[in-house]
Amino acid sequence: MSYFSPDTASTLAQRIDVIFLGLLALSGAILLLVFCLVVGFSIRYRRGSPAPRGPMPALVSREFEIGWTSATLFLFVFLFWWGVSIEITAFVPPNDAIDVQVVAKQWMWKTLHANGAREINELHVPVGVPVRLAMRSQDVIHSFFVPAFRLKQDVVPGQVHEAWFQATKTGVFHLLCAEYCGTDHSRMRGRIVVMPPDDYAAWLSAQPEGDDLAKDGAQLFVERGCSGCHAPSSRVHAPSLAGLYGRSVALSDGRTVPADEAYLRDSILQPRKDVVAGYEPIMPSFSGRLSEGEIQSLVAYIRSLAKESRP
Amino acid sequence: MSDSATLGQLPLPVEPDYLRFERTVWSWLTTTDHKRIAILFAVVITLFFFMGGAAITLVRLELVSPEGHLLTSDTYNKLFSFHGIVMVWFFLVPSIPNTLGIFLVPLMIGASDLAFPRLNLFSWYLTVAAGACTVYALIAGGVDTGWTFYTPFSTLFSNTHVFAAALGVFLVGFSTIATGVNIIATVHMLRCPGMAWFRLPLFVWAMYATSIVIVLATPVLAISLLLVMAERWLGLPIFDPARGGDPILFQHLFWFYSHPAVYIMVLPAMGVVSEIIPAFARRRIFGYTFMVYAILGISGIGFFVWGHHMFVSGMSAYTALIFSFLSFIIAVPSAIKVFNWTFSLYRGQIAFDAPMLYALGFVGLFTTGGLSGLFLAAIPVDVQVTDTYFVVAHFHYIMVGGSVSALFGGLHFWWPKVTGKMYPESWARFAAILMYFGFNLTFAPQFIAGYLGMPRRYHTYPPEFQIYNVMSSSGAAILAAAYLLPLGYLAWSLFFARTAPSNPWDATGLEWSTTSPPPHKNFSVQPRVVRPPYEYHPEGHSAEVGPPSYQREQELLQ
Repeated sequence: MSYFSPDTASTLAQRIDVIFLGLLALSGAILLLVFCLVVGFSIRYRRGSPAPRGPMPALVSREFEIGWTSATLFLFVFLFWWGVSIEITAFVPPNDAIDVQVVAKQWMWKTLHANGAREINELHVPVGVPVRLAMRSQDVIHSFFVPAFRLKQDVVPGQVHEAWFQATKTGVFHLLCAEYCGTDHSRMRGRIVVMPPDDYAAWLSAQPEGDDLAKDGAQLFVERGCSGCHAPSSRVHAPSLAGLYGRSVALSDGRTVPADEAYLRDSILQPRKDVVAGYEPIMPSFSGRLSEGEIQSLVAYIRSLAKESRP
Repeated sequence: MSDSATLGQLPLPVEPDYLRFERTVWSWLTTTDHKRIAILFAVVITLFFFMGGAAITLVRLELVSPEGHLLTSDTYNKLFSFHGIVMVWFFLVPSIPNTLGIFLVPLMIGASDLAFPRLNLFSWYLTVAAGACTVYALIAGGVDTGWTFYTPFSTLFSNTHVFAAALGVFLVGFSTIATGVNIIATVHMLRCPGMAWFRLPLFVWAMYATSIVIVLATPVLAISLLLVMAERWLGLPIFDPARGGDPILFQHLFWFYSHPAVYIMVLPAMGVVSEIIPAFARRRIFGYTFMVYAILGISGIGFFVWGHHMFVSGMSAYTALIFSFLSFIIAVPSAIKVFNWTFSLYRGQIAFDAPMLYALGFVGLFTTGGLSGLFLAAIPVDVQVTDTYFVVAHFHYIMVGGSVSALFGGLHFWWPKVTGKMYPESWARFAAILMYFGFNLTFAPQFIAGYLGMPRRYHTYPPEFQIYNVMSSSGAAILAAAYLLPLGYLAWSLFFARTAPSNPWDATGLEWSTTSPPPHKNFSVQPRVVRPPYEYHPEGHSAEVGPPSYQREQELLQ
């Protein structure tokens, strides 16, 4: 980080910086124009100065107003278009992204890798590989902020928020909480460690063998009774979960929704919200009976079913 | 009052002025005179301004060091929350409307009082009661939610005096609504003969538009705070996600009020500046009708941009697009106003008395603040700078650089009318210049710190941001001195300064046609208006020195 610009360490950061610098140049020019006019008029037309006053030129009125109104309007609409031109495409993470689960709580960040490696206030990622974050909060609203990546996403309790980045530089970068969350808000800070892919692989394999999230989930799936209805052998009329993740699901009210993490989570906690077409709404809510971590494990298990069933 | 007279030939009243009309303390506490109530408001608001200022002085002192040795985190959080709550609702929102606004609107439209004088007094008592609630929350231990009261932190997690603070804000909202209703009714019903809508001074237009925004938006604030209190005290599941509530709902409700509230704070300031610049440039305001439509445009579109506070809260991409578009559009009327103020200087006869220095400072600082708003309207850039010091700098440029500069400008401009005394000019110019530089030193570094990634509401911070915080804190020290100076010399002027004439600036406007200070009922005869506002020179001409031409013609006749 220099004194005037933050590190530029992600693919998105480079594109956003172009817009930032463009806006800066433009607003600097407008400010300079206003400043020069105000100072210039103030000096030239100070009281008693010899500058000629006389009758006002005929043009100076309506035409002027309409002229600069339309000019600013066109300029601002152009800026809007320019600003959003990168925004829509930036939303969808690439398919080959590494998955990382993030849990925010007062006042720490917990990160979980797909192989079960867990970190607190740290996240190790490889350079040049897209990383997809699925983020949850256990208490209040937090915000996952990595200035060097130009990445900020609020993490609202009760929701799963997705964000992604692709680091372009190795190094250690700030991870900050940007949404005020209570006493130690300013200490809810961590580090993003971006490593060369080989080092990352070495780091990952050196982590203590935590239980794989999906393996945890498989156990919970049986323990909490999910398998009683959703297992293929069950006699209860419940939809099979194999291959579900990532598919479009037709609902009984005619809508079609993508089966993403948020959908799975909602279906566990509020089963009556999105009922699958052809099924009765008989599933009880698991709200309050599962912790955020357990839901994560269950969702990871359901996702693993998808991978197995795909060719 | 059966006679009527046109501006420029009003006979000056001979009765005692409103300050000497009655002299007991009781007469002040039971007054229904809009001018006296404005003074009562000014006293309360000044008190809150310095309370909010004291809180932030400690915060800025703490931020000199990245590790925060002076205060605990909880104290720090309570101080910035108190600063925000007090400055927004007990200082900025009522600052101009409840002092200059209720003092000047009846005078400017040739009325003897506001439409509902007793409602006006009630509004003051409500502010005092609400202020007592908020100060109680502070004394009892403070509140640590920030001025935004975000759920579920405020309803389920904070262990501080959220209820008392929210109740205070809830109550002061009704005081604001009362003033808004009063001004709307006054402008509709009590304009003197000849005061057509398009002869209204821009300050009256600004107060009128502000009042409409107040009446439409403030009830939503009341609702959202009521819901916070209901969840916190009665345990109703409204925002708690574990029980089916939605924390984001609060943000929608809160910003549906709080974005228009930005215009509640800045429109009156625009009105003040639109009075000062013509008077000291001796020019008609450039593009009067466009200025009126810009005011109305801002207050209308202002209701549809609240979502730009929530771009990173998980809003859908398409919703964000619409809010981004509207946020760029609302910059257009603001830009028109800036160009019009600037071109009102063209071919003027500009004098640089203190009110004009404040007004010119306003134009520069408001423009900076407005342009930085474009960065927040552009979604990808907003993602980087939202909830950082960039936003802090942005809204302080608008509300402190803009509104507070205009408040001080207006205070000096109308000080002779309000008190009957001239303020000391050199001191006032010195304070205006000091305030301008102190302000920029305080807040310009925050733009950089924010872009680099320093989040707001941070008690401790990574050491690389220290240089910007040190600059900011030293600027704040200068700014504090610049705010204390007027308190001293204005108080001095009450007792020792020379008596002000009725129209020290040779300004147009009905308020200058009565004595300084005005009598109890404002005018001794019914005024009648026969010309547009700001007629400092005939149409199509440029500025002239001395009283407006029509006043001089009448002097020749006498």
